[in-house]
Amino acid sequence: MTTATRRHQLSISGQAISLLRSYSLPFVATVICLPLIVVAAAFFLGLLGAEQRETLAHLWHFVIGEYIWHTLVLMIGVGLLVTMMGVSAAWLTTVCDFKGVSWLRWSLLLPLAMPAYITAYTYSGMLSFEGPVQGLLRELTGWQFGDYFFPDIRSLTGAILVLSFVLFPYVYLITRAAFIEQSRAAIEAARTLGLSPTQSFWRVALPMARPAIATGVTLALMETLADYGTVQYFGITTFTTGIFRTWYGMNDQIGALQLASILLSAVVVLMVIERISRRQSQYHSAGRSKHSVRPFKLTGFRAALAFVACFIPVLLGFILPALQLLTWSFERLHVWLQPEFIALIRNSLILAIGASIITVLVALWLCYGKRRIPTPLTRASINFASLGYAIPGVVIAVGVIVPFAWLDNKLIYFSERFFDINPGLLLSGTIFALLFAYLVRFLSVSIQTIDSGLSQISRAMDESGEILGLNSQQILSRIHFPLLKTSLLTATILVFVDVLKELPATLILRPFNFNTLAVRAYELAGDERLAEAGPAALMIVLAGLIPVIFLSRAMQARHNRNNQAVVTPKAEEIYEPVKA
Amino acid sequence: MNLLKLDQVDVGFGKSSIVDDVSFTLAEGEIGCLLGPSGCGKTTLLRSIAGFEPVRRGSIEINSRLVSSPAQLIPPEKRDVGMVFQDFALFPHLTVADNISFGIRNDSSSEQIQRVNQLLQHVGLAGYGNRYPHQLSGGQQQRIALARALAPRPRVLLLDEPFSSLDADLRESLATEVRGLLKSEGITALLVTHDQQEAFAMADKAGVMYHGRMLQWDTPYELYHEPTHHLVANFIGHGVLLRGTITADQKVFTPLGLLHGDEVPDNSAGELVDVLVRPDDIIIDEASERRAVIVGKGFRGAHYLYTVALVDGTQIYCMSPSHHQYSMGSEIGLRLNIDHLVLFPAGFCET
Repeated sequence: MTTATRRHQLSISGQAISLLRSYSLPFVATVICLPLIVVAAAFFLGLLGAEQRETLAHLWHFVIGEYIWHTLVLMIGVGLLVTMMGVSAAWLTTVCDFKGVSWLRWSLLLPLAMPAYITAYTYSGMLSFEGPVQGLLRELTGWQFGDYFFPDIRSLTGAILVLSFVLFPYVYLITRAAFIEQSRAAIEAARTLGLSPTQSFWRVALPMARPAIATGVTLALMETLADYGTVQYFGITTFTTGIFRTWYGMNDQIGALQLASILLSAVVVLMVIERISRRQSQYHSAGRSKHSVRPFKLTGFRAALAFVACFIPVLLGFILPALQLLTWSFERLHVWLQPEFIALIRNSLILAIGASIITVLVALWLCYGKRRIPTPLTRASINFASLGYAIPGVVIAVGVIVPFAWLDNKLIYFSERFFDINPGLLLSGTIFALLFAYLVRFLSVSIQTIDSGLSQISRAMDESGEILGLNSQQILSRIHFPLLKTSLLTATILVFVDVLKELPATLILRPFNFNTLAVRAYELAGDERLAEAGPAALMIVLAGLIPVIFLSRAMQARHNRNNQAVVTPKAEEIYEPVKA
Repeated sequence: MNLLKLDQVDVGFGKSSIVDDVSFTLAEGEIGCLLGPSGCGKTTLLRSIAGFEPVRRGSIEINSRLVSSPAQLIPPEKRDVGMVFQDFALFPHLTVADNISFGIRNDSSSEQIQRVNQLLQHVGLAGYGNRYPHQLSGGQQQRIALARALAPRPRVLLLDEPFSSLDADLRESLATEVRGLLKSEGITALLVTHDQQEAFAMADKAGVMYHGRMLQWDTPYELYHEPTHHLVANFIGHGVLLRGTITADQKVFTPLGLLHGDEVPDNSAGELVDVLVRPDDIIIDEASERRAVIVGKGFRGAHYLYTVALVDGTQIYCMSPSHHQYSMGSEIGLRLNIDHLVLFPAGFCET
């Protein structure tokens, strides 16, 4: 065979492969978005049929007003609280230097390890009649039951507090990054133009961080919309609990789908806001300098005040709930060794490991597809497939179960007709549906991690590998894999932990009698056996600490990079960038 | 009258001084320039004048008011100084007009509008008021940063490497333009740069800093032609120091031959000195019997800068217009055009 013909053949097979790839990518993306498409379609279909319209009208009439009201109050309350807690902590830990600040910088991330529903359980336990707080109160005053008023944590206000305690780190993290990247010169320019340090904060630093704050708050609000465990436990009717009630309580699947579609549209609004503010923050970091603001040294009373202001969120968001969990877990030591508990761990591990491997493989395949064929179509497919991160688990679960149940019915029909066998619910009744829902929800986490890892490997590296005589296999194994290893591991762990924490989708889609740690904690708490929920909840929180460690390491690295020039003032002059 | 007066200023942390015993003055309306390599302390000195760095010793006076001393640190916002930052530091969330009026926000709004329009006109960006900084090019951002700093009519304007992030051709034209603007507004300004061309284009007075010390504070002309320190001679322009011996008749014997000038001190016969020889001291003259060989050449556009080796191997620089060029290794004759000798005690240049 001559080289010319070989090259010709290669190019034909190459074309075939690239053709296959360029269409398989959008195809997979569509499959992953199927649940969203189903839910979105339900909204429009709901307007078509007379019966559906009636359901919608009924929902509007009886429940939706209440859902919207509760959801709005929840979002406004959480939005305000997370902004206050997150921004003040971010500012104090960035521009001030006081005793304990470096410890606070990473401790403020700890509440991220706490799923909101677990925090809700611990506060219910702490503040209940039998709990330590009221117990202490009675002991001190001698009051008995009914002698005194004690606010009920299981209320709308309680839900706002609990959600804010665990969600403020989103605002803290993103705002802090913005403060760090703000050029020192911007503040100094404001000073030379006649502003005092306090005025510079309000008039320059804060407005410049506005897009970042907006991004953090929208992320927190997305989580608020997605929350099921907290509002369910506190008995507050919102869209997520409404979907459950309509689905299971009233067995009204169309109604549930329609509620899901309304919730989805609220999420879409938040996503648009988030995109816009992210784009704005690009402009707002224009003109950043190498130097960050030199930390302002606080001493005495002011240092103590700053420490307390930053410590309270850590205390409320992590330390108190964690202590309560530890207490419960040690009180119920026998639970740990029960075969039932070990089965829970086994089930959770199967799901988390399975889902993380599948998700990372799909993400890897999509990311390489985009790298090989960077067309607008493939890029759009990836963005489309990444939508799941913002979609509440309840919505995804409903969107998964409807098409799967339909497919199962068809399968049963055909198999009974042609083979006289009833295979059962192959898709919707097994962990298959669950794994698929996790894939939809958490694919974007791994796409982001792997894509950023892959973007570190420049095309020039591939090309220098080729010039040095490596074939494409060797380029993968000797250049890509070593460089991508950490990203792959990070992506796997992030999905693993997210799956462990996930509650509503697991509740809806789990096979009959298939329990996980999260589901069991939920059930026990629902049965008012809070203390017994301790060990399962503790396991989830321990796993949740792993990504927090990643985050705080990344943050520390960034901090060091930015402060290199500030630590030793002499170095600031030496590292002055050499100009051409 | 001296508008800016620094007296034995020392800035530093712990044992090390970043700025060490610096004194100089700047008269009203003058433009001064701090020159020096990266890390020489010039930016720190500028920041201490702005009030961002405290002084450990000495004092800084602006308009005869003590603003910095070990006992006193007037904050930046109360100093009546303006500052243009290296990365411009425009406020990205404000329009161009709002950026410029930031420092005059207490004026009436009609005064603000008038001043903003006047400054936009001066910097050649009339009609750009409604844009945002990210919609402007680097040169345009630079001008807006200047306009913003000028708006409150500060007593002293400080500029920290104001042109360093711009393209080379833009840098030169903008430097001349900014000088014109500062002169027309009658602003006293102090500029930090490591680029001597920029300093020459802008400054009435310039100082060369090295390791925190001010080696010489003078006019750019004097810095070039009358350096008082061998490091100044090295930093400003091209040139070499030739080792020479003072003869009995007050001349200096060097590898270039006998040089004479009125600066040779009395009663110093036999002493070793270093003589500064600049490319413009040497003229290529085929008829001259002082022979040399071309060992290096660099194209500079209008002229070539040659490195030539004298008979004893000593290398010096000389220039010639670029339409007449010599090839490497060719032999040429040199004539001297030195009417003024710059001498340093021998041996300094080796350290």
